[in-house]
Order: sequence, then C-alpha cells, then structure tokens
Amino acid sequence: MTALAVAWQILVAVALTPVLVGVMRQVRARLEGRVGAGVGQPWRDVRKLLAKEPLAAEGAGPLMSAVPVILVISSLVSVALVPLLGIATLAWVPDDLFVVVSVLLVGTVALALLGLESGTAFGGMGSSRHMMIAALVEPTVLVAVYALSVPVGTTALSSILQARMSDPTTVISPVSLLALVALSIVVLAETGRLPVDNPATHLELTMVHEAMILESSGRDLGWLELGSWLRLTALLGLVVNLALPWGVAADLGVGATVIATLAFSVKLLIAGSMIAAAEVFLAKVRLFRVPELLAGSFVLAFLSVTASYLLV
Amino acid sequence: MSALDIAKLLRRVGRITETDTAASPSDYTPPAALAGSVQVRHVDCGSCNGCEIELAGAFGPVYDAERYGARLVASPRHADVLAVTGAPTRNLAEPLRRSVEAAPRPRVVLAIGDCAAGEGAYAQGYAVVGGVADIVPVDLVVRGCPPPPDAIVAALRQVTGK
Repeated sequence: MTALAVAWQILVAVALTPVLVGVMRQVRARLEGRVGAGVGQPWRDVRKLLAKEPLAAEGAGPLMSAVPVILVISSLVSVALVPLLGIATLAWVPDDLFVVVSVLLVGTVALALLGLESGTAFGGMGSSRHMMIAALVEPTVLVAVYALSVPVGTTALSSILQARMSDPTTVISPVSLLALVALSIVVLAETGRLPVDNPATHLELTMVHEAMILESSGRDLGWLELGSWLRLTALLGLVVNLALPWGVAADLGVGATVIATLAFSVKLLIAGSMIAAAEVFLAKVRLFRVPELLAGSFVLAFLSVTASYLLV
Repeated sequence: MSALDIAKLLRRVGRITETDTAASPSDYTPPAALAGSVQVRHVDCGSCNGCEIELAGAFGPVYDAERYGARLVASPRHADVLAVTGAPTRNLAEPLRRSVEAAPRPRVVLAIGDCAAGEGAYAQGYAVVGGVADIVPVDLVVRGCPPPPDAIVAALRQVTGK
C-alpha cells in the first residue's frame, strides 16, 4: 500500500514537472509582453528530444549516455523520498534529510563529470562552477532542515512535516522563517535559476548548468532536461510543503491522496509562478558574488539553528 | 530603475506581440518528429549582420516565434534547425559543414537572406564560396536583403507546423 502511494507520488511529480516548467516560462513570457509557447511546450520539447538519436563528440566516452540516466534515477529517487503528497514513506529507504541530500548530490556529481567528459573548454568550466555552487549549497540545505528538525528530534522529513501539520504555530516561528528563506535561496542556486544561473542564456562565458550539457544531444539531452526539472520539483516541493504543510495526506486513503495531489499541484505551480515573476526583475549576479549570496543564506540557516536551541 | 518602476512599465506595456496571421500554405513537408517543437541554432557564416538583426527581431516580443514552438538554443547539438545567414566565405565553409554535422538528425537547414541563397550584395566576391546550398544541403530558403522577421517566422512555422 505504501509502495503504491510512493509510485503515485512519482507519477504525479513526473507529470507535473513539465507543466511547472511550462507555467514558469509562460509567466515570464506574459510579463515580457510576449504570447509565449504555451504550458505544454516543455513536454513537447522533451518528447521530441527523446525520439532523436544522440550524437556523441569525437573522443567522448560512455559517460555521455550514462550520466543522463544516472541524473534521472537520482532525481526520481529524491522525488520518491521527499514527502510531496503524503507522509507515508517506504520502510526500506529512510526519507532522512541526509539520504535525500546525498541522492541529489549523486546527480550533481554526475552532471559535473558529464561536463568534463565532452572534453570542451566550456564543459569543464561549467563543471567547476557547478561544483563550487554545490559545495556552498549542500551545507546550507543540511543546516536549514536541521534547524527544523531540532524541535521534532528527528531528521526524517516526513516526521518534520507531520509535526508542522499538527502544530501550525511552528510554521511562523523565527526558526522556521529563517530556515525557509535560507532554503529558498539555495533551491534557486541548486536548480540553476536566476540570480545564480540563467537558464535562457546563450553566452557560454556566463553559463553554469547549460555549459555542462552543451555537447549532449537527442535522447541524452532529453533525459538531462527531465532530470534537472525533476530536481526543481523535488526541492521546490519540499520548500512549499514545509512552508504550507496543509493538504498533505496524513493517511493512505484515496480521498486524502486526491486532495493532497490537488493541493500540491496548486502550491507548486503558484510557487513556480512567483519565482518566474521575480526573475523578470532580476539580473544574474556576477559569478564571484554568488559565494556572498550563498554565504548569506548559510548565515540565515545557522542563525535558525541557533534560534531553534534558544527560543524553544 | 527600481523594481516598482519595472512593475509599472510591465503594466503599461502589456502585450507587445502582433496578432496571429494564418500560416502560409507551402509544398514543404517537415520531418514529422519536429512537429510542434523546434530548437534553432543560428550559424553566421559571413553575414553583414543585417539578417542577425531581423532574426533577433523574429524571436523578440513583437514577432515572438516562440509561440509557434521555435526556440533559440546555444549549441548545434541541441538544435533541429540550423538558421544559416550570410554569404558563406571560404574560411567559414568548413565550420558550417561541421556545425551541420554536429546537429542530430532529423535536422533542417534554413538559409536566411539573399546572400545565403547565393545572390545579394556579396555574390561572386573573391572570398565568397557561393550559396549555402553549395556547401550543405538546404531545406528551406528565406529571401530578402534582409528578410523581414515575419518571413523568418513564416519559414519556422512551416517546420513546426503551427
């Protein structure tokens, strides 16, 4: 029964992810005065890419086609582990904070290897930037969620979420607000959004994520796109559920699951639209100022941990 | 400019894009795999930058080629359509050939402008090889010097079928 719930969660996440990206692009297009390609465009793009044969650069090794698969698997596992729809989790894989962060890190490292594998200058440059950002992001994610775990006494995400659902006052406590702001900043950095990375850039020198996938094509590129978007769903889904824990299914009943699916879709799409609207006002920050931004978010997370011991 | 000023500007400007025109009929049949989604890589092989300005206009807010499912990308590996501009020079013939080879099949080569079609201001110049068709197989040609953005959008719509 739990396995069925987790399978449903993966299915919802995979179906919702292209819609999320489509909504984000559409909001941006409308604000820029354009008509936009429509919400279904990312899904059409991925479907077309998956049907195309990949071309590998001369001298590129087996990682070119292995990394996209690794990235998708790591994203799917994290989507399965993060409590997006319900707090029921598989008994044999803990939905522990450290497990989720490690699973995401597998995808991060795989992407960095892909950038090096193609052997182009831009790929390696993207990989080094990607690892720099990852090294600054991971501690903040761990510390911020750790702050939320202190009152609960466990680092299992479902238990944290359950505690927040049963006692809504913890959601607006200083600890929670500081941790959520810190988490939001690092989620933007981890998923390659503005102001850390520009997903629509054509200038190789400013690229981070795009630089690593420049040499991938066809089916490989399709899996890479889907894998990176699923990371966005997992991380953004975690943040919206921690910020607004209402609607998450407390049991495995059909009614609760339907409500949870609807509530999660609405929360995720609204959060995505808000990010896209905010991005219209933002420019990408200079690469050497990214550590300042991420150090700021780490400070917030650290203050949150301190507050969680002092204010409770 | 403060965020408030930008918000006011967005509100005042509203929708910029010109209204939809009916797709022009043509006898060109695009690859079925590209229906509804086309990624475009621009390849400049000796242009005067006139066509570049019009191509940028085609993807700008006024003509908005993106609403028909076409999107500019940064690498020929990601591309379905190679939009080639300019009179191909001897030095850029080989890079053009390699760029086209770098795009996965099915791919479409779109020659934009009179120069790319083998005519125009620089034809028969000592540095010019000829047209794009003399170097790589061309699927679609957009004429004009430079071609207006709506002609480029019309050609892209023939590929996306929207």
